[in-house]
Amino acid sequence: MSAQSETTRVALEHETSQELGLPKDHRILGLWIFLAGECAFFASLIGAYLGLHTGVAHGPTGAQLFDLPLTTVATLILLSSSLTVVLGVAAMQRRDVRGMQIWLWLTALLGIIFLEFQGYEFYTFYHHGLTLQTSAFGSAFFTLTGFHGLHVAFGVFWILLLLFQSLRHGINEDRTTKVFVMSLYWHFVDVVWVVIFTLVYLAGKVS
Amino acid sequence: MAAITERVAIAHSEARSYHGIWAWLATVDHKKIGIMYIYAALFFMAFGGAEALLVRIQLWQPNNHFVSAETFNQLFTMHGVTMIFLVAMPILIGYINAIVPLQIGARDVAFPRMNALSLWLFVLGGIFLYTSWFMGGAPDAGWFNYVPLSGAHFSPGAGVDFYDIGLQITGIGTLMTAINFLVTILNMRAPGMRLLRMPMFTWSALITMLLILFAFPPITVNLILQMMDRLFHATFFNIPLGGNALLWQNLFWIFGHPEVYIMILPAFGIVSEIIPTFSRKPLFGYESMALALSVIAFLSFMVWTHHMFADGLGPIVNSIFAITSMLIAVPTGIKIFNWLATIWGGQIRFTTANLYALSFIPLFVIGGISGVMLAMAPADLQYNDSYFVVAHFHYVLFGGTLMGALAGLYYWFPKIWGRLLNEKLGRLNFWLVFIGFNVTFFPMHILGLEGMPRRISTYAPGYGWTTPNQIATVGAFILLAGMLILLYNLIRTFAKKPDLVQDPWDGRSLEWSIPSPTPEYNFAQLPLVEDRDAYWVAKREGNGELPKAEPVGPIHMPSPSLSPFFLALTVVIAGYAALLHVDWLALVALLAVFWQIGLQLVHEDHGYHVHPDVPAGGAAE
Repeated sequence: MSAQSETTRVALEHETSQELGLPKDHRILGLWIFLAGECAFFASLIGAYLGLHTGVAHGPTGAQLFDLPLTTVATLILLSSSLTVVLGVAAMQRRDVRGMQIWLWLTALLGIIFLEFQGYEFYTFYHHGLTLQTSAFGSAFFTLTGFHGLHVAFGVFWILLLLFQSLRHGINEDRTTKVFVMSLYWHFVDVVWVVIFTLVYLAGKVS
Repeated sequence: MAAITERVAIAHSEARSYHGIWAWLATVDHKKIGIMYIYAALFFMAFGGAEALLVRIQLWQPNNHFVSAETFNQLFTMHGVTMIFLVAMPILIGYINAIVPLQIGARDVAFPRMNALSLWLFVLGGIFLYTSWFMGGAPDAGWFNYVPLSGAHFSPGAGVDFYDIGLQITGIGTLMTAINFLVTILNMRAPGMRLLRMPMFTWSALITMLLILFAFPPITVNLILQMMDRLFHATFFNIPLGGNALLWQNLFWIFGHPEVYIMILPAFGIVSEIIPTFSRKPLFGYESMALALSVIAFLSFMVWTHHMFADGLGPIVNSIFAITSMLIAVPTGIKIFNWLATIWGGQIRFTTANLYALSFIPLFVIGGISGVMLAMAPADLQYNDSYFVVAHFHYVLFGGTLMGALAGLYYWFPKIWGRLLNEKLGRLNFWLVFIGFNVTFFPMHILGLEGMPRRISTYAPGYGWTTPNQIATVGAFILLAGMLILLYNLIRTFAKKPDLVQDPWDGRSLEWSIPSPTPEYNFAQLPLVEDRDAYWVAKREGNGELPKAEPVGPIHMPSPSLSPFFLALTVVIAGYAALLHVDWLALVALLAVFWQIGLQLVHEDHGYHVHPDVPAGGAAE
């Protein structure tokens, strides 16, 4: 009986989830689905911003405040962190643990630099009279970019945790999936920033 | 119909064990989690029902002073919030937890610890909401909590803060349930269980989870925006400072309308299981049923403005949304006719489960037809904000969702708890609920057409509203009697010895092919699925045994863990701290939340194995 069942099992292994081309590890599919929910989350925040950005009351407008060169540099820094995380995952797939660690360090560092740019920007805007309480534009701007910043900060925290885990315990199959899943999240956070940069900063400057 | 028992005895695991209440707090077993969802939902139903009864007593006669207007506002708000977020959704998610993994031939869900976290966020979030009664007053701006009424100016108390934070807590849990079950259903089906072989309840769960995935983020954002306004003085809804009150309405109903389908699709699924079983016929039009679910889900995101017809958005917007709303009647009609065609020519057995399922059809049709009436934008201006709307959504949510949920309770009770509920009491329970429901809610159609606005705490004599209101209140007490019979039936059933009957209804899907209650590993050997209604086919064409997809062997199980419970507890502590403006504690608790999430991200669960009593591959036959 056992030999026959073994054959059945092998024969059927590829039938259900594989027939749809879904990733076998639940965490990978789970993260993609989570990102779909995140899209709805940021779509709602961005929609709220677009609906409110003209509501400046007596406060400053986006066109007066936005410093495009500064934000462009921050954008380039965040986008390059997508490259470094790809190189980290590629190194991991070559079983080059040292390389992976170096690229992940660099990714976290770029994330932190981006957050510092954002902190500096918030500080400047605050001194130009834009706060959460000034106007609906202020509320929507700080909430949208603040939630994006929190996502970046959480990503940095996640990268550092995985880095320390790999430094202490090395890497195994389970941990490679953890790193891969984190990299998907990191790319998503970058892609959202591209949308925010376009719709908030670029469009805000021209209008 | 011989009772089929598992031939393979599986025992002695090496699990780290928790005892007593800790075993429940630490469990990651989808069946126990489902049971706790159902218990908690029934618990909150008692509160939501009591609030409804107080509302009905207050409306017994004109100029009544049984409760104050302020209390009345809290009562109807908490009634709505409770029944939607703490009863209807959790009881359905409870069935999904308890049954869907069994129906697809899986041993657990994709993320067992996250599943426990979902449960605890719901339970503790619900308790958090209810503590508002003792902490300065419950939410009182209606379940959809419109600004500016819910803003700091008109609702200065903490009630609306409880609403904002409490629903964020339960909502995040629901979102995680969605991710969990989408992965479970897509990735963990037994060999041969193709999408178009899945039982219709599993289909409804799949589509519901998709709805949750895209509907809950907008409400989360909306709650965050209002929380920012109320706690940190942001100006999202502050019109002089550039805010917009319609933003709340839009984001709310982008969530709110799919939410209605989140509550009704699993009930559709339950009815689609029960009617074929008790008609001894396969579900008529299986593919069209699955397609109708998908079309309803798709359309449900395109109709939200029909809740805002009275806002004056203009004839073009109103016409478009009126048409998309009426379109939903088409896939829904397909479902109704398919159920009727399933019953047609069947050998019908009128068990309590089937009585509930059969009553679902006409009651839901009444709610659906009044829904199409409301979808007609010009006519809606007449019905809007009247008791006609109250009648409509109670026919959908009580006549639909709750009737479906009670059908599911009688149907799956023996599978989940290993005992059959008493059928005689069940029938009494059904008829009292059915009659009580109609006596309560049918007169509300007339009240609405006679112009009684919803949510008024009392009314003057002479409008002709007194008699229908008194009929409705009498009906509410008949309903109470019906629910007390259910409670008595539950207590009686738990007091008796388990029947352990595996397949009491001559079922069709995989959950009936394994013992009741189900062992922790569900299937000693994963089944090989070769047909729709595979178990039914195995009983009719074979010896009632499903072919096995694997040999007997050790079964890997996830370890129990207390961390989901403590994570949820920390979230609730952060909620209280934010609400009470203890900023340092809120910050510490939030950091603790993220720290615990981080620990989960690097956690490696090696689980444990359940070993067969016989050597692997040995004398199982």
